[in-house]
Amino acid sequence: MKEPGYFKTIYLSVRSLLKGMKMTGYYFTHLKEIQTEQYPDNRATLVMADRFRGEVIMPHNDLNEHSCTGCQACEIACPNGTIKIITKQEILADGKKKKAIDQFVYHLDLCTMCNLCIVACPTDAIKMGHEFEHSVFDKSQLKKILNVKGSKVKAGVE
Amino acid sequence: MSLMGQDVLTEDGLFMVNIGPQHPSTHGVLHLKVWLDGETIVKIQPHLGYIHRSIEKMSENLSYRNFIFATSRMDYLSAHINNEACALTVEKGLGIQATPRAKVIRIIMAELTRLASHQLWWGCTGLDLGAVTPFFYAFRDREAINGIMEETCGARLTMNYMVPGGVMYDLHPNFQKHTKDVMASIKKNLADYDNLLTGNVIFEMRTKGVGVLSKEDAISFGCTGPTARASGVSCDIRKLFPYSGYENVQFDEILATGGDCYDRYMCRMAEMRQSVNIIEQLIDTIPEGDFQEKTKAVIKLPKGEFYQRVETARGELGVYIVSDGAASPYRVKYRSPGFSNLSALSQMAQGVKIGDLVAIMATIDLVIPDIDR
Amino acid sequence: MKTIFLISLSSLARHIHIWLEELIGNPNGVYITEMTIVGISLIVFLVVLCFFLGYAERKVAAFMQIRLGPNRVGPKGSLQIIADTVKLLFKEGLTPTAADKFLFHLAPLIMVITAMLALAPIAFAKDFQIFDISIGVLYVASVSSMAVIGILMAGWSSYNKYSLLGAMRSGAQIVSYELSVGLSLISIVILTGSLRMSDIVMSQSDGWWLFKGHIPILISFVIFIIASTAEINRAPFDLTEAESELTGGFHTEYSGMKFAMFLLSEYINLFIVSAIAATLFLGGWMPLHFGHWEGFNHVMDYIPSSIWFLGKTFIIIFIIMWFRWTFPRLRVDQLLNLEWKYLLPISMVNILVVTLMAIMGWHF
Repeated sequence: MKEPGYFKTIYLSVRSLLKGMKMTGYYFTHLKEIQTEQYPDNRATLVMADRFRGEVIMPHNDLNEHSCTGCQACEIACPNGTIKIITKQEILADGKKKKAIDQFVYHLDLCTMCNLCIVACPTDAIKMGHEFEHSVFDKSQLKKILNVKGSKVKAGVE
Repeated sequence: MSLMGQDVLTEDGLFMVNIGPQHPSTHGVLHLKVWLDGETIVKIQPHLGYIHRSIEKMSENLSYRNFIFATSRMDYLSAHINNEACALTVEKGLGIQATPRAKVIRIIMAELTRLASHQLWWGCTGLDLGAVTPFFYAFRDREAINGIMEETCGARLTMNYMVPGGVMYDLHPNFQKHTKDVMASIKKNLADYDNLLTGNVIFEMRTKGVGVLSKEDAISFGCTGPTARASGVSCDIRKLFPYSGYENVQFDEILATGGDCYDRYMCRMAEMRQSVNIIEQLIDTIPEGDFQEKTKAVIKLPKGEFYQRVETARGELGVYIVSDGAASPYRVKYRSPGFSNLSALSQMAQGVKIGDLVAIMATIDLVIPDIDR
Repeated sequence: MKTIFLISLSSLARHIHIWLEELIGNPNGVYITEMTIVGISLIVFLVVLCFFLGYAERKVAAFMQIRLGPNRVGPKGSLQIIADTVKLLFKEGLTPTAADKFLFHLAPLIMVITAMLALAPIAFAKDFQIFDISIGVLYVASVSSMAVIGILMAGWSSYNKYSLLGAMRSGAQIVSYELSVGLSLISIVILTGSLRMSDIVMSQSDGWWLFKGHIPILISFVIFIIASTAEINRAPFDLTEAESELTGGFHTEYSGMKFAMFLLSEYINLFIVSAIAATLFLGGWMPLHFGHWEGFNHVMDYIPSSIWFLGKTFIIIFIIMWFRWTFPRLRVDQLLNLEWKYLLPISMVNILVVTLMAIMGWHF
């Protein structure tokens, strides 16, 4: 390929520069192209994707019941040791002993939101919540107990 | 020469500058010791280890389902492809294959990741060469892709969507529609990219003939990915050793001959178009069926060694697993593309100016956690 | 009320002068008082100007980058820059242990002082000028090139390798580009036959030089804009800062108010080169007139001269900002190539053409 001459070089360079300026000029004059979202002003209208992974939560129904049987599948599935399940022995009405959870301890500060515990759970007791504003001033507040105090296992969940 | 009464030159009259570990254009914590003669680089020595997290050692204590998540943190811009490599290796060990639907989903996701990664690279290249605006145009398109990822995988960057045997859950109902929309807008915006940077005379001056990597050097340093393909080395794993159904997809391997920064740039720009092409081929013909092959609750690989290579946005990623038959790997080794590509830097940066060093680092597209693991 | 004030900036100055003469009597006393007033009002003007330019630059950048820009402090974020100044004021001014303390503290002052000095001969409005020196153009050209001393001082005294490299780059850069700036200034001087700013403005009462000087003046205008962008170290010629290569260049080690002074001097310099371009090529405070359109010319005359001047200046400032947010940075050798291979030969030939034009009287 022949090298363009002195004046051709100048012409081509100026043209390429003007091309770029035309682009930025276009966006400068077309303010509807602006992409930024005004967080946190738009908190009320901000919709996260349905599958968004913010934190692990344990849904409870109106009777304060959850579906966690304390099988510890999630604890085994977790790569980071985020979940610790403390179980207790519950004595049922017919006198039989049954394993149940005492505390479902969830260390949010260790969690990588990999979703493996949710997949591992056989009873769909835990799922991913959409909350993402986790900043706190003290790290200890990130240790959460997911089962509400006094809650029970749903009837029929084994 | 002395500065404030202290000698700042080395014995052979060179001026030593530390670039990094805290420096705007090393994109992380890479530390380069650079010996300068005026502004010209005489010698360059990378120092690694500032972000070493022993992911390989960690993996030895995790089960075959669990160790995949950590690879997202290696080359975080092609997290998906890293995960896929691990899943493929485990599948190889188990002797199974992902379901047809999962295979297609994997390709689409991998190409979306590649697009997003190249877009970030394009923005950062502009930023490194002193143009701030490309960064924002790149992020506009990248955000759209991340939105698709978030919708289907639940996370924007470290998706962890791959499991041995397929993918974690099925595609989101809106996936096809959104992907098509985004592809249409990206095809339009790629023209913007060319207007702003590709044809720009300053950009061409900064990149053409700068940081030339010869074909022989590219091979001997083990460079892969667009970095090597710009030097004329045919090394696209998707073509040479097809995995996950890439053999059924029509696309070109982008090769250039110059091996300079401009060719590396053009390779990646062309790869973006190829990725759009691949996604458009597959998006309407995702086969129905299961998204995951049934696997046992506790995966145990038979005794032996398993190796799988994939093409990430940066080059060839190899996953090597040694199994002793237990539930977790005996040894895991990742052959990461960034490490080999970085090793060629000192060859490319012989006798260039400091400004060129930044251009070279931008166009070999380093991700530092990928180098250190 | 406001319009009347703006129209009569020169009469306001005259009234103050008469009032002071009556009040003090002694001509030396009047002189000193006037100088003090000028100094204070100049500093206030510059601070306000820098707030405005800082805000304008962020907004221009943001809109070109499909962002909103500052929008939290004050209406539409207009007070953001004041908030930033307050933050910089309260920041600790770090000094490296090994730095040459005296030069380190002096460098930002030199930068601001040289930037402010160049404002003296600029005509802000009709008959409203601080110092109508007979060698106005020469004065500006020489004073503005003194900024390199500040940069070299800052880079040398910081005891930082990046700073040193940045300072050394700026030496080569400013010395080279000074030539093109000078030559393109001279092309106007040839046509007007005077170095005095007011004469240059008056010579454009029948049309701006950009229009009546044909293509040679257009070329020298373009060269002036490019070369002065390089001279004030703005992108794409910001090699002395080059944040992706040298982190911060010559001001890497500066923080707090000393850093703010570098920022201040950058914006003052930006204003000065734009003001000079507006004065020399676009007629300064002269309104836009078209040959025989009496009605149009009459309407244009009603717009105050200071508005004309500032309007033209800000248009040029916008163009320089537009460069900055579009182009990648040049490399140091390419920067010198551009000057010595393209700008300088072209402006030398151009000067010959302009001289020929002046002798033959080919301009309007």
